[in-house]
Formats: sequence, structure tokens, C-alpha cells
Amino acid sequence: MEVAPASSAATLSRMRILVTVKFVPDLQSQRSFTDGAVTRTGDDGTMNELDENAVEAALQLKEAAGEGEVYALTVGGDDAVAAVRKALQLGVDHAIHVSDAGVAGSDVFGTAKVIAAAVRKVHEEDPLDLVITGMAALDGLTSMLPTALAAELGWSQLTLASGLTVEGGAASIVRHLPDAHETVSAPLPAVVSVTDEANTPRYPNFKLIMAARSKPVATWTLEDLGVDPSSVGAGAARTVVVDASPRPPRENRVTVTDTGEGGVALADFLIERGLA
Amino acid sequence: MTTVAVLVESRGGEATQPTHEAITLARTLGTPVAVWLGAAPDPAQNARLGIHGATEVRVVPAAEDARQPARAAAALAAATADADIVLMISTFVNKEIATRLALLTGAGVVVDAAGVELVDGHVETLQTVFAATWNVRTRIAAEKAIVAIRPNTTLASPAEETGAATTVVVDAELPEVPEVIASVEPVPAPEGVPLAEAPVVVSGGRGTNGDYTLVRELADLLGGAVGASRDATDEGWISHEHMVGQTGTTVTPALYVACGISGAVHHRGGMQASGTIVAVNIDPDAPIFEIADFGVVGDLGDVLPQAIAHIEKHRAG
Ligand SMILES: Cc1cc2nc3c(=O)[nH]c(=O)nc-3n(C[C@H](O)[C@H](O)[C@H](O)COP(=O)(O)OP(=O)(O)OC[C@H]3O[C@@H](n4cnc5c(N)ncnc54)[C@H](O)[C@@H]3O)c2cc1C
Ligand SMILES: Cc1cc2nc3c(=O)[nH]c(=O)nc-3n(C[C@H](O)[C@H](O)[C@H](O)COP(=O)(O)OP(=O)(O)OC[C@H]3O[C@@H](n4cnc5c(N)ncnc54)[C@H](O)[C@@H]3O)c2cc1C
Repeated sequence: MEVAPASSAATLSRMRILVTVKFVPDLQSQRSFTDGAVTRTGDDGTMNELDENAVEAALQLKEAAGEGEVYALTVGGDDAVAAVRKALQLGVDHAIHVSDAGVAGSDVFGTAKVIAAAVRKVHEEDPLDLVITGMAALDGLTSMLPTALAAELGWSQLTLASGLTVEGGAASIVRHLPDAHETVSAPLPAVVSVTDEANTPRYPNFKLIMAARSKPVATWTLEDLGVDPSSVGAGAARTVVVDASPRPPRENRVTVTDTGEGGVALADFLIERGLA
Repeated sequence: MTTVAVLVESRGGEATQPTHEAITLARTLGTPVAVWLGAAPDPAQNARLGIHGATEVRVVPAAEDARQPARAAAALAAATADADIVLMISTFVNKEIATRLALLTGAGVVVDAAGVELVDGHVETLQTVFAATWNVRTRIAAEKAIVAIRPNTTLASPAEETGAATTVVVDAELPEVPEVIASVEPVPAPEGVPLAEAPVVVSGGRGTNGDYTLVRELADLLGGAVGASRDATDEGWISHEHMVGQTGTTVTPALYVACGISGAVHHRGGMQASGTIVAVNIDPDAPIFEIADFGVVGDLGDVLPQAIAHIEKHRAG
């Protein structure tokens, strides 16, 4: 049977996007480690700032299409629910929190496996067009997760997008690398990571904040996702933090006020240190 | 003996300084071999890689245009099957190649490392995190290790024994990928040293009001590169490639001079691990002073010309 053209047009104009959002310690807080793991508490934690750009990109695509759904997904401990709550306040439709003691201590590959399983679960119910991530999580800062996730899903990989367009079953991005500006396109479904240049995130408004309060958050475990706990978490991690310690503050810091000789003082300092 | 493969980073057909740093570092871990993706390099390049200790140069001609990470990773996998450790320079593109390579080989990956050591037969890395306020030591538990290392963390030095007499051509079959690179518009190479590799970085922020003359003059005088804050690149005063910070380039030069930059946490994340930090700012309460070894509270329009003149006078003897 031939597919009716009307229905393919309808699928095109309906955008289904999942956004990954990570719960990270607030940049302005005293960030620290406890027993080799990042200290994460509800008080000092927040949705990764760079994931606001991912949420914004998804909402804009949905709004342009006129129809669709945006899911926010986080993987993390109990407090991590704050990250998807923030996404709800920004206007996403559905929130998913994958929380399971077995995930703790995962490396990038374990985290990607868990996120991929959750993406598949959503995708199998009703296909997604895109997964959009931030360019980096401001704690781990590896920027590896989007690539690992695309590989895990076997989807196209479009990373570090400072511009994103979706048309005719394909996504196209502009990426600014130090040596070149590239335009890259790939068929959907795709994993896209967006930079902070991609857009200006919106602020939550009062109406959305109120509405977000009553929106449900789905909580999934590894069992719900059919993920073997021994394939993720600390036990499966290929990298282990063996020591973490605060760096001593810089000693003997000097600040002078310029009263006419500030430049000479600066030059003398550099000369003395052998830096000029 | 441990085989340590180093992915060569090249620019205009020449291996970059961070590549030589990485080969120097590889010598402390085992036997370094260099991997060159693309057509065979000039013999002079082989010689320089050899001076720093590469025992051979493995060339993968099939990877000439392998800009997609999955293709570059497949080429690298073919060339490093015997390697216990793969070192590369920490760049956004290499982080993606490292990820794909790890999925092919089962290796553990650490990126943005400031050092690598062998401890009881395990690869351990040193990283600075949380805007360089914490030191972290990570052990790679997997059999194979991939480490992306930051420039300027090892001093490149010639090996006692020169290597790289042999070039080995590696055949590789690269996978078809769904991503199509429709256009590549090269960014003109910066004059002088690139930001990430520079031993000295002089940065200007909103306080320059868009005039980079003095910042550039001081950078030239000190043999350094010009950096900028996000506000300055957003204003279009200077191109994005110059942005230092958590979402820009992370730099660890011996000397970082911040001129008219307040020192927001996003900016500090990209420069706080620098050797010596100097700040010039008109506001005594600017947070940049909290991390500056030497600070001058003053107008950069007064302080910089005087500093430049004084250094020139000193040099003239
Ligand atoms: C200081 C530190 C150093 C680390 N170093 C390494 C290392 O060297 N090697 C290693 O394998 N692992 C490392 N990890 C573990 C790794 O950070 C986590 O597995 C993490 O969940 C994924 O990597 P990332 O935070 O670097 O994310 P990035 O790749 O920087 O994040 C990109 C995007 O992925 C999404 N994302 C990432 N994590 C989640 C999540 N949990 N839930 C929802 N979305 C998410 C977000 O949209 C984010 O913007 C480190 C962790 C920390 C805190
Ligand atoms: C998600 C996210 C990511 C970001 N990533 C980055 C990043 O990677 N890098 C980055 O830099 N920023 C980044 N930012 C922006 C960052 O938060 C700051 O806004 C930015 O660094 C400020 O730039 P500035 O210091 O030049 O400007 P300002 O904060 O306005 O500071 C200007 C300073 O100049 C001083 N000044 C003014 N006139 C003079 C004069 N004549 N002489 C001397 N001093 C003078 C002032 O006292 C002031 O301290 C990011 C922000 C977000 C939200």
C-alpha cells in the first residue's frame, strides 16, 4: 500500500524531541568531591546551564513545526529531579528521571548506555526526530556524552551546533571549529549537541512555573529500561577517580593601585619572574 | 614494553608543538610511535617527530579527508591495534575521536588531562576541575587507555636516542557515515602562536571598549597570543576563536594577563590553571584579583603603555 502524502506531511510538521539535562553543582557554589564523587545536593545543584540552550533549541523547533512534544530526561540521584523540573518550567511537555543506585559511579560510556535505553523506550512508543544535548556538562566537562550516545543509538551525530535547521527528514548544523566552519547534515533521527551560541534561552514565566508544579515526572529504574546493572555504574566504569583534593590557593598574591607607576610595577613583576 | 601511540596534530603540513610535547610525554610511559592521518608527511616532519622520540611514523593515507570522528577513529584504530596507550591533544574534535575509538577498542578515556603517569602498571591521569580549584587523579581501569592531554603541560625536549627512521603505511577501511559535510570554510590561521598552544596569553575584555591595540602590542612583545572574554567576542570586537573560557578555549600558559576582564566563573574555568596570572582592572573588587598573582588596579589605557615601554627599555639594557 502506498503511503498517503498527507500523512507524511503530517509527520514532518510534528516534531518529537528529547532533551538531555544534567543536574550539576551550581557554578557559583563551593563545588567539591566526597569519596571520589562530585558532591551533589539539592541546595547547591541546578540544571546544567548549557542544557538551557538545548531546551531552547527543542522548544523553538516544536513551536516552528506548530505541533509536537518535547521530553526532558535526566539521569542522576534523587536530587537530580530538580533538573527536569527546571525544564518543565521552561516549557517542555514531559519529564523523565532515571534514578537507580546502580547508575552511581558511571563513566561516560555507562551514562550513555542508560540514556540510550531511555531514549529507545520513548522512541519505540512513538518515534523521536531528535535528541538534543548541551555542548558540555559544567562539572564533568568532557563533551563526550553526545558522541557516545549517538554511537550507542546508532543515530546520526551532529555535534557542537551553533545553528540548527530541520527540513525534509534531515537536520543540518553549522559548527565553528578553530580551523574551519563546517556545515554538516544528516538524516533523522539524530543526536545534536548545541553550543551556547545557538540561541538565547528563555526565562520561565510565572504561568509555566505554576503549571510545572502539577506536571508529573516519570521515574524509571534500570529494570524499567532493561539495562543490566552490571553493564553500568562504578563496577563497569573504565575510569575511576582515585584521589580528589582542593588546590591550594595562590600564595603571595600582590595587588597594587596605579597612582602613576602601575605599569612599571607590572613590568618589574614580569621581569623579576623571568616572564618578560 | 608499553607502546604509546600519539595522534599527530598538524597544521599546514607540520606537526604542532603540542604534538612534540605529547611525544615527549609518551617517552616517560613507553615506546612512542606517531600516527599521521592523511598523506605521508614531509621527511623533515618525520625527522622532527623522531627527535622528540617517535620510533616510527605510521601513516594512514585513507584518512586524508576523515573529518567525521567515526572515520578518523577507525583509521586510528587500524594504526594503534598494538598500543596500550593512545595520546592525543585535547581539542573538541579529538574528544569525539577518542569517544569513538574507545567504543571500538574498549579503552577508558580521560580528556583535558594535565599529566599522565604509570602507577603499579596502571595509567593514571591528573586533571584540574571545577575551574581549576580541585586536582583529580583518575585511574584507567580498562586494559587500554586513551588520554587527551592539554597543550603546555609537558615541556617538549629532544630524546636521548633519535627515532622515526621508518615510515609505516597502514591500510584502513573507513566506515560509511550518515553525516555529510556540505561545506568547510577554513578559518584563516592566526598570526603567531595559536591560543591553546601559546606560552603567554594576553586577553582583553569589555574593559578594552573594543580597542585591542594595546592588548595585541603586549602579546606581541611577550611572544604570546591574544585572548578575549565572551562579552568581547559577543560584541564582535574580536573573532570567536579568541574566546577563553569554559565554552571557549581552555588555556594553561605560563603567563596569563587579563586586561579589563571581570573574572566571571565561566571565564576563570578556561584560564585558572595558568602558571602566573596577572590582572589589570579599574575596579578593585573585580573577582579576577582573587586569583591573580599580581594585580594592578588601574585603567588599562594607562597601565599597559607604561608596562610595554618599561619592558622595551629593560630589554634595550
Ligand atoms: C570532574 C569529573 C570528571 C570526569 N571525568 C571523566 C572521564 O575522564 N572519563 C569518563 O569516562 N567519565 C568521566 N566523568 C564521568 C562523566 O562526567 C559522567 O559519566 C557524565 O554523566 C557524562 O559526562 P559529562 O558530565 O562530562 O558530560 P558532557 O559530555 O560534557 O555533557 C554533554 C551533555 O550531555 C548531557 N548529559 C551528560 N550527563 C547527563 C546526565 N547524567 N543526565 C542527563 N544528561 C546528561 C547534557 O545534556 C550535557 O550538556 C567525570 C565526571 C566528573 C564530575
Ligand atoms: C553558559 C555561559 C557560558 C559562558 N562561557 C564563557 C566563556 O567561555 N568565556 C567567557 O569569558 N565568558 C563566558 N560567559 C560569560 C561570562 O559569564 C561573563 O559575562 C564574561 O566573561 C564577562 O566578560 P568581561 O569580563 O569582558 O566583561 P565584564 O564582566 O563587563 O567586565 C569588564 C571589566 O572591565 C573592567 N574595566 C572597564 N574599563 C576598564 C579600563 N579602562 N581599564 C581596566 N579595566 C576596565 C571593569 O571593571 C570590569 O571588571 C558565559 C556565560 C554563560 C551564561
